[in-house]
Amino acid sequence: MNASAAPAIRVRGLSKRFGAVQAVRGIDFDVSAGEIFGLVGPDGAGKTTTMRMLAGVMRPDAGTLSIDGVDVTRDPEKAKLHLSYMPQRFGLYEDLTVGENVLFYAELFAVPRRERVVRSAELLHAAGLEGFERRLAGRLSGGMKQKLGLVCALIHTPRVLLLDEPTTGVDPVSRRDFWAILYKLRESGVSIVMATAYMDEAERCSRLALFHAGEVRHCDTPARLKAAMPGALLAVLAAQPRIVHRTLGGLPGVLGALLMGDRVHVRVDDAARRTPELEAALRAAGIADARIEPTVPGIEDVFVALLGTPST
Amino acid sequence: MSPRRLFAMVYKEALQILRDPRSLAIALLMPLMQMGLLGYGVSLDIKHVPICVYDQENSQLTRAIDSRFEAAGWFSTVHTLHGQAGVRRAIDAGECIAAVVIPVDFSRTLAATGTASIQAVFDATDVNTSNIAQGYLQGVVAEVNAGIEAQWLAAHGAQASGIGQIDLQPSTWFNETLDSRNFIIPGVVAVILALIGAQLTSLTVSREWERGTMEQLISTPVTALEVMLGKLIPYFVVGMVDAAVCLGLAVFWFDVPFRGNLLTLFTATALFSLVVLGIGYLISVRIRSQLAASQIALLVTLLPTTLLSGYTFPIDQMPRVIQAITLIVYPRYYVTILRGIFLKASTLLDLWQPLIGLIVFAVLIVWLAARAFHKRLD
Repeated sequence: MNASAAPAIRVRGLSKRFGAVQAVRGIDFDVSAGEIFGLVGPDGAGKTTTMRMLAGVMRPDAGTLSIDGVDVTRDPEKAKLHLSYMPQRFGLYEDLTVGENVLFYAELFAVPRRERVVRSAELLHAAGLEGFERRLAGRLSGGMKQKLGLVCALIHTPRVLLLDEPTTGVDPVSRRDFWAILYKLRESGVSIVMATAYMDEAERCSRLALFHAGEVRHCDTPARLKAAMPGALLAVLAAQPRIVHRTLGGLPGVLGALLMGDRVHVRVDDAARRTPELEAALRAAGIADARIEPTVPGIEDVFVALLGTPST
Repeated sequence: MSPRRLFAMVYKEALQILRDPRSLAIALLMPLMQMGLLGYGVSLDIKHVPICVYDQENSQLTRAIDSRFEAAGWFSTVHTLHGQAGVRRAIDAGECIAAVVIPVDFSRTLAATGTASIQAVFDATDVNTSNIAQGYLQGVVAEVNAGIEAQWLAAHGAQASGIGQIDLQPSTWFNETLDSRNFIIPGVVAVILALIGAQLTSLTVSREWERGTMEQLISTPVTALEVMLGKLIPYFVVGMVDAAVCLGLAVFWFDVPFRGNLLTLFTATALFSLVVLGIGYLISVRIRSQLAASQIALLVTLLPTTLLSGYTFPIDQMPRVIQAITLIVYPRYYVTILRGIFLKASTLLDLWQPLIGLIVFAVLIVWLAARAFHKRLD
């Protein structure tokens, strides 16, 4: 793992059209070694198409794309030697066992036998799949399948790992295992690109690209994205958050209101000035139990603030 | 190409075949079922043609003639009719293909003039059968004639003159018993191999598209050639096992004589398997749904093999245009080769023409198949 100064992944002007739909519109970003780069955005924003082009399984219409200095559009096969791709849909063989899937992918990447034995034992242990080697992949739970996907993707020690919504529908325990493996990979200098629908996962990424309608609208670290969010964020806790949401929506100084389960996140231009106004408005609407307090924005708030639309 | 990746592909595919009941059923049960069905069901021999005899005279002589019809083994006499109306009714009702009417004065006319006629009425809706029945009847009548002549000569103390008589001495080669099964069964083997071969591979690539395993597979360094060979090799083994089963049944169960040499048979069968497996693979690469792929595979194998391969309908009897078309109907070459090997003990040299045909197809199909698959989703 030589951590060179050049970015591990370099994307410039990448575009892809499907018939009348422009799925990806000239996007740019760089990913350095040891980064976990998150792609966030609603369905149909172009995340999966971008992932596929990065993986070399789909040709871009325009733009350049290099991985570790290899031009993926010109020589996808060379790039594939050092990358691993986990598609959104489970891509392993359900009629093969856990062990057979691992063996198959190890052989495709010509992993030496001794290395394979050591590495698959390590990875299966980390994924909590020890003892399941002889179980058919089709008989695993959703979370175990995804972890097996990760094991197979990592068996050849890739320099770039591409994960398309890897933890969708995965139980919390498996997600924790999954992330533990990702953090370890990051330490060893692997570049990880991950599309995710979970905002808590987005928070853990080194940097995020916010996708909207085929474009990367914003690209920065989660902290800086939050700092760039205009206005201040207030959390309103009340028994009837829906009514609160409706009541506060159009008030002067309110830039946005977002229903977040049992609370409402209200973005205002000036917290000190607006808090009493909001309290008054709520009382006027007959809501007495509301509590208003400043809160730290999440990625979801940032997303709505920057793009004016929810992320999913 | 990396031997290691190729072996991994072959091993993976073999495991999947062994674990997939559908593939296994196609591979193992279909040949048995189809050999039974086609081997027993298809026969061009016409035996026990139902005929009616209306013997108006009903004398010792005419009854002897009646019994000759039955004794020949070709006919089964259903009715001895009474009245011309009965003849008509029996033909109308389809009770018989032919009706023979022996006139009331048959013996008298024969004795007086030396010749006498009997009438035969045929139901010619099925032209083929009625023609054959006519031929059989003429054969029986010729035998009866010979008998009458011999009797007459014996009665008059004379020797057969031998003048003005051409004696045709037929000698049937290659299928001495004139059993159409010997001709059809080798063709049946070709039909079955074509059907099963293309069916099996038509599912392999489309299945990976359908199940979503292809997307991950094409993100690895595996090459298109390795994918193709990795899929064809295990099915080639299956195809050859099926061929052995079918050919074994043909020889040991249906008693088709096997006179040729096993190496020639193996060479031709290997080439043919390659062609049909390649066709299935080509379809599978292009059509990403398993159902559609298997339907198309059925269409492109079943119709040409059954209709245009010469397996039941002789190619040299077809119109010239159709004959020209059969040149691209690859099973015709294998059918020709199989018949040659089975019945004529033909060698590789004798069969060079159809063998070249198969080789051309094998090369063409494999070349197309190797080019057809792209490691891309779009």
